[in-house]
Amino acid sequence: MATVRLSQTLPSGKSTRNGAWRTLVWVALMIGAVLFLLPFVWMISSSLKQEQQVFQYPPQLIPSPVMLSNYVESLTYKPFAEYVRNTLIIVVLNEFAILLAASFCAYGFARLQFPGRDFWFGVVLATMMIPYFVTMIPQFVLFTRLGWIDTYLPLTVPFFFGGGGFNIFLLRQFFKGIPSELADAARVDGCNEFGIYWRIMMPLAKPALTTVGIFTFLAAWNDFIGPLLYIKSPDLFTVSIGLATFRSIMRTRWDLLMAASTAMVVPVVALFFAAQRYFVQGAAISGLKG
Amino acid sequence: MAARGRLILPVVYAHMATLSPAADKTRPARSGLSLTQRRTIIGYIFIAPFILGVVCWVLLPAGVAGWLSFQEWDLITPPVSAGLRNFQHLIADPRFWQALKVTTTYTLISVPLGLVLALGIALLMNTKVRGIRAFRTIYYIPSIVPSVANAVLWAWIFNTDFGLLNTLLRMVGIPKVQWLVDPRWAMPAVILMSLWNVGRSMVIFLAGLQGIPQEYYEAADIDGAGRAAKLWSIAIPLLSPVIFFNLIIGIIDSFQVFTVGYLLTDGGPQNATLFYVLHLYRTAFRDLEMGYAAALAWVLFFIILGLTLLVVRYLGARVYYEEPR
Repeated sequence: MATVRLSQTLPSGKSTRNGAWRTLVWVALMIGAVLFLLPFVWMISSSLKQEQQVFQYPPQLIPSPVMLSNYVESLTYKPFAEYVRNTLIIVVLNEFAILLAASFCAYGFARLQFPGRDFWFGVVLATMMIPYFVTMIPQFVLFTRLGWIDTYLPLTVPFFFGGGGFNIFLLRQFFKGIPSELADAARVDGCNEFGIYWRIMMPLAKPALTTVGIFTFLAAWNDFIGPLLYIKSPDLFTVSIGLATFRSIMRTRWDLLMAASTAMVVPVVALFFAAQRYFVQGAAISGLKG
Repeated sequence: MAARGRLILPVVYAHMATLSPAADKTRPARSGLSLTQRRTIIGYIFIAPFILGVVCWVLLPAGVAGWLSFQEWDLITPPVSAGLRNFQHLIADPRFWQALKVTTTYTLISVPLGLVLALGIALLMNTKVRGIRAFRTIYYIPSIVPSVANAVLWAWIFNTDFGLLNTLLRMVGIPKVQWLVDPRWAMPAVILMSLWNVGRSMVIFLAGLQGIPQEYYEAADIDGAGRAAKLWSIAIPLLSPVIFFNLIIGIIDSFQVFTVGYLLTDGGPQNATLFYVLHLYRTAFRDLEMGYAAALAWVLFFIILGLTLLVVRYLGARVYYEEPR
């Protein structure tokens, strides 16, 4: 047995060299992984320490006692539950707006033929290149004139208009990949384009819609500059603004600051683990079809 | 894509599809419109939301920004025509040049460094090594951490007396570095921090690498090519469109770094991290100089446009696009 196994794992000199190479690569990746994980370890470890313990040298990786109460203290010092609720209101509105509007426009770009289509698709690509900060000031002026300051309207209404260039682009790529026979058959049965979009394309596009939905959640959950510009009243704060405010109050309470930061990161990481394949797909589509 | 593989179409659908043009002709024209006209109308109904959006939230604001850049306006009293004063102010403003210098330095260092690191990790991960999924997760997750949480976390990591970095340095006997306090170290600190977020481009590179047909490598094996030859002659050329894409996105993004400057360093010390858009934000919303800020915004637009065109002009020709197979 032993000799058989040996000859299987070491059939030739080349393979041994490959094995050594692979081990080397694995060690390099492992070192990198430890370095990339270190900030998270540091954050979580600090979040579970006593106020004075964070200033100890050498630092304790696993604190004793484990101060789970830091989470309660930091998340109730400011009404973070309310901030989460506020952020989720924006998330839900954006999901609704983007999934509908972007898929609607994407269908037009992907499956219909009409003069000017390619020009407007060029405009879609161009809007992806325009920096947010270029239109920021006039948009602010516009929303001020409309009386939208200190409401969620500036953070949600624009998404009902096309849902953003990137999302249109991503869904168009997906729609283009769906064979046309299905739609043609429906057309024969007297289904119009709106019916084909809604009853045939939308159900088929679930994977792509999930990807768009995930990136929409991330964008809304992580957005800082938007709420910073438009939200003034504390009872309308989002999680981002809440954490930034908390930071300016708790200058040196790193235990509490790390607890609040960890709490803000957890939903994002949980979402990643729940929907890993859509993250990777989204990244792949955005990179390869550009 | 995923759905295509799963779709099994009955033959009958394919058959019926050939009938569809005929079916269109026999249908009576309802309103006297030709087929092309009807198609055009329906097409524009579908893309109407986008067109409206572009007009309302991009073209109109961009136009207003153009007009504002020739005005003086504090948001309260009516705007006053300023001629070219905002642009003269800009050229004479040391903070503008400082912001430009800071942002350019950051872009020139962090973008290439990030690309090389992301590509390096992706290449290592493409060697069918054990635990690739776990590695991909670990390297990717930092790039989705919310920017505010990111800034708070790194403020603690860079803390001079008790932060993670100086603790590690102390363990190997290197004296404290005043990361965010010393003007010479603030920029390296911010660049180091940006490298933690290379996961997004890494995943894009990895997807690109996995899309390279295995036969190419096998053919190279037969020719006796080594690892380096395979890297330079197969992986890099075939990946060049992806590298190019990541480079352009990287430049556009790095010119819009805001949260780090706003929350982590407050632009300091001594304006060492006064990023361009932080300067723009302060000009508009702290100093209430809307006209000057609009001028800054337009200049930013042309800088990014110019840089992108420069990259396209000088590197675009070196990108290898495969013949469609």
